Amino acid sequence: MELEVFWFILIGILLAGYAFLDGFDLGVGIVFYTAKTDKERRIFMNSIGPIWDGNEVWLVTFGGALFAAFPEVYATSFSAFYLPFMLLLICLIFRAVSMEFRSKVKSVPWRKFWDFSFFASCTMASFLFGVAVGNSMVGLPIGADHEYQGHLGHLLGFYPLLVGALVVALFALHGSVYLTLKTEGELQKRLRPLMWKSFGSFLVLYLMATIITLVSIPHAVEPFRHPGPAWLAVLVSILALANIPRALYIERPGEAFLSSGAAILSLTALFGAALYPNMMVSSLNPAYNLTIYNAASSQETLKLMRVIAFLGLPFVLSYSAVVYWVFRGKVKLDDTSY
Amino acid sequence: MDTELLILSRLQFALTIMFHYLFPPLTIGLGVLMVMMEGMWLKTGNPVYEKVAYYWTRLFAVNFAMGVATGIVMEFQFGTNWATYSRFVGDVFGSALAAEGIFAFFLESGFLGVVVFGWNKVSPKFHYFATCMVCLGGFFSSVWIVIANSWMQTPAGFHLVEHNGKTRAEIVDFWAMVFNPSAPDRLVHVWLGCFILGGFFALSIASWYLLKKRYLPEARVMFKVALVLALGSSVAMGLSGDSNAKMVAREQPTKMAAMEGHFQTGTGGTGMYLVGWPDQNAEKVHYGIEIPKLLSLLLYLDPNKPVPGLDQTPKDERPNVLITFWAYRVMVGCGLFFIAVSAMAGLALWRSDPERHPWLLKLCVLSVVPAYVANQAGWVVAEAGRQPWIVYKLLRTSEGLSRSVQAHEVLISIIMFGIVYLLLFGVWVFVMNEKIQHGPQLPPPRPEGQSELEGLADAAGQEVDPSHDLMEDS
Repeated sequence: MELEVFWFILIGILLAGYAFLDGFDLGVGIVFYTAKTDKERRIFMNSIGPIWDGNEVWLVTFGGALFAAFPEVYATSFSAFYLPFMLLLICLIFRAVSMEFRSKVKSVPWRKFWDFSFFASCTMASFLFGVAVGNSMVGLPIGADHEYQGHLGHLLGFYPLLVGALVVALFALHGSVYLTLKTEGELQKRLRPLMWKSFGSFLVLYLMATIITLVSIPHAVEPFRHPGPAWLAVLVSILALANIPRALYIERPGEAFLSSGAAILSLTALFGAALYPNMMVSSLNPAYNLTIYNAASSQETLKLMRVIAFLGLPFVLSYSAVVYWVFRGKVKLDDTSY
Repeated sequence: MDTELLILSRLQFALTIMFHYLFPPLTIGLGVLMVMMEGMWLKTGNPVYEKVAYYWTRLFAVNFAMGVATGIVMEFQFGTNWATYSRFVGDVFGSALAAEGIFAFFLESGFLGVVVFGWNKVSPKFHYFATCMVCLGGFFSSVWIVIANSWMQTPAGFHLVEHNGKTRAEIVDFWAMVFNPSAPDRLVHVWLGCFILGGFFALSIASWYLLKKRYLPEARVMFKVALVLALGSSVAMGLSGDSNAKMVAREQPTKMAAMEGHFQTGTGGTGMYLVGWPDQNAEKVHYGIEIPKLLSLLLYLDPNKPVPGLDQTPKDERPNVLITFWAYRVMVGCGLFFIAVSAMAGLALWRSDPERHPWLLKLCVLSVVPAYVANQAGWVVAEAGRQPWIVYKLLRTSEGLSRSVQAHEVLISIIMFGIVYLLLFGVWVFVMNEKIQHGPQLPPPRPEGQSELEGLADAAGQEVDPSHDLMEDS
């Protein structure tokens, strides 16, 4: 396999892994106000307490790998999304410290403040991730020099905002299914209507986005015209989405969680397939597109990084397995909790 | 070149990196203390050691969260504010950053969950293993980021290539890049800085408890363990500082000249200013107190060999002398203070009892401030002294900016970060103070009579005591 293709896939895996794992962390924040009492809110936060940090590392590693393997894409996209990404960083900061600080002080206004900041930062971060994906789908005004030539207004089109809302609904679904696995009793029951609502909103938004994509983004439809691996992603996404209501109906939250996870993974794969072999599409001239070839690092670096990835990934997967194993089961609060 | 954009972007980077660097050196230093304390507890079973080890873990967690939250900002900023720099160095710098993610961050954050939330959920031995892994993760992380930064100081193992009509640096020799001429010296220097901060931070808290006569058994243990780390690293820092100065004189003579306010090369041995006010325009130092020939002696062990001055470098390639000169003096001054304080505390501990010398304890309480200041000042010397280059002699800082970002956008983000960081700083001080006032406590009990495997398997088995006050928890 060509090194550029290998790295495109690996970066896709890192992004998909991030969306799957931090997707439910952010989802817990989006549906946070389903928890009414202080104890319930602590259960919600502690359901992700020991793991959210490791999940965020997928994003950090995605960023580092993008910087190393496709520096042109890293530089162009991050500087193009300047203000949205600054806002995203603020959200990620608040998400982290809200959990850390909330339960440290016995004061109602203090806890209310951090509750709101947790909810708002998780919702906003999910929305901004969606906006970035939506913009990458439609394409940006990128010049011959690979520099973004637009301004903030270009990033706030209808389609990107729609994808932003779609990601919020998807993560809310994923997060509430995750919480069903981690809670019990009355609190768990309260999550049921929420799952249906978020699934319904997601489905409507997803159908709208799909129609707009088919009608108005021809370059994103092109890879799906002929049979190939892209079709597999379509098939998986349809099966996963269809299985979610079934699993919810027969009350198998484990299956629903795997299905919402599979939906996230396959939607990320669809996003990758729609772009390939481009990484950023120029709305000015297709010749200015950033492709996996013209945006990549040297062959030497790509080879070296492949060695680093093969050395590191087995460790990463084994730590994650240990931590998830240690903290499996329903959440119980004690003195070590948030 | 857009001067306004340059100033604002540099200001934002300085603000975000300096705020970020309040946390990682502390967690690396505290990590070492956690490994020491928990190891002593496992060996002796002394509950006082357990309390102290658990206490460090709780303080560690707050600082680690702050480090993670402010650290992700740094990774994004290379792309958002310094896109042209990123295109130039991605091949080299990006790989170090990616290696940091995959080798260090996963290790640290994965096991941190076990360390913080797992005291009573896993066996003591497994918990200790997790503590060691978190500590190791911090070290790995520092290795990669210091290598990346050292490459910007003394680039090696690369060649320049035309790509898409722009020049960029590409790796030709990975190990030459990793072991670039300044990396080993700087890494040791950074580690010792972390140990100093961890050591004096713990020493400060312990001394405060001793002064207030609170948590005495724990405070005495903390005092001793912290002092071992503080004294050892302060003395070693003297050697590392000497070695670093010689390295800078060899690899970045312009930076060395700026650190010393040394404008004219002259003939014969070069003196050293203890204090003074460098004037970059007049090219002289006002009100300077100078010891003749000392700089030549320290750098070359030869009192008569002249040190190259700033006159060897064109004017537009010189850093800001005033900042570099004073940041260097602040750092070295703090270093001498650390040796003096830790030596006195060590002597007091050996000869009599430090609790009989309140003035010494007060000095130890205050010593945490210079420990933070020295770490910050050291990086100011390193980074301000490299200017006007972002990659030494290859790319100017002004050439590394993002071309698609406007000055007013950076102004908006600086204001955002300024407000948020001010808020976080206040909250951090408040929460740390609460924790310190609350003092070391025993961790919640683990279920009795379990083998190691059962302990691990019973991960989520703790029941909640219904009478438990839910607002009580920290």
